[in-house]
Amino acid sequence: MKAGVVTFPGSNCDRDVFHVLQNIFEFDTDMIWHKDKKIKNYDLIVLPGGFSYGDYLRSGAIARFAKVMEPVIEFAENGGLVLGICNGFQILLESNLLPGAMKVNDNLKFVCRNTKLTVINNNTPFTNQYKNSESIEMPVAHGEGNYYIDKKGLMELKNNKQIILKYKNKKENPNGSIKNIAGICNKERNIFGLMPHPERCSEPQISPGKVDGYNIFSSIISYINKRGDKVAK
Amino acid sequence: MDWEVKIETKLKDGILDPQGKAVKTGLKSLGYDNVESVYVGKYLEIVLEDINKKNKAAKMVEEMCNKLLANPVIEDYSYKLKKMEG
Repeated sequence: MKAGVVTFPGSNCDRDVFHVLQNIFEFDTDMIWHKDKKIKNYDLIVLPGGFSYGDYLRSGAIARFAKVMEPVIEFAENGGLVLGICNGFQILLESNLLPGAMKVNDNLKFVCRNTKLTVINNNTPFTNQYKNSESIEMPVAHGEGNYYIDKKGLMELKNNKQIILKYKNKKENPNGSIKNIAGICNKERNIFGLMPHPERCSEPQISPGKVDGYNIFSSIISYINKRGDKVAK
Repeated sequence: MDWEVKIETKLKDGILDPQGKAVKTGLKSLGYDNVESVYVGKYLEIVLEDINKKNKAAKMVEEMCNKLLANPVIEDYSYKLKKMEG
């Protein structure tokens, strides 16, 4: 199985997610440079966390026009699995690969802590190893995670079961996002963006006790295996 | 012809602006009880070179705003375009 992790200027979780993919889940993993105009065939592309282009203008707004985004968007539109973590989620929104937008956190603070989450939909390539309504815990670290979508868009998200992860309740919600949303996917289920960092809680050496991010990646592997003959070489 | 562009972006009406809310609280605590609402936006100045017609420059500015400078999902923009002298 092949995975690619995109590095933008200012990405800072690219090495973390590379390590998790390569060493824990044994993906054959490449780092993809933001200037690349072509990319290889992958089973999974990850847009990592960080502060691409210094978060200037809006988080993810400038990264969305990086050269590499053309082939990434093409890959996504052809059904390729794309995982956007934190800044990666913001880039997916700015690219219109996912609906909605991010505002600054409602408390105006950069929040870095563990959050309790609920799995809302496990019928996706990214969450099939969780149970529906399962309570999990993952760290967040962001200043612009206040997810917003208009009423019509929210209805569509609900009707299509695109809300995948929520903060457990208002108190656990670190940013004021609408309906406590922490992660959503597209209608086709191949693009997933979330504010929490699964790569920071996928091995016991780094997050003792809780490794609740592990199943994001094991779900992806399970999905690719079931899909069978389409594994990238 | 060169053009001076002044662009403002702000969150659309009805979308809660956390920064505006904080500034409002600050103004209220200074005693400005008449403050009903505050929105914090962004302001950009751009110089465009070598465009012969105003409507061409305007079209380019709108394109820039829609593509990058504002996020049409949550933000409105407005701009002023002025011919630069000399």
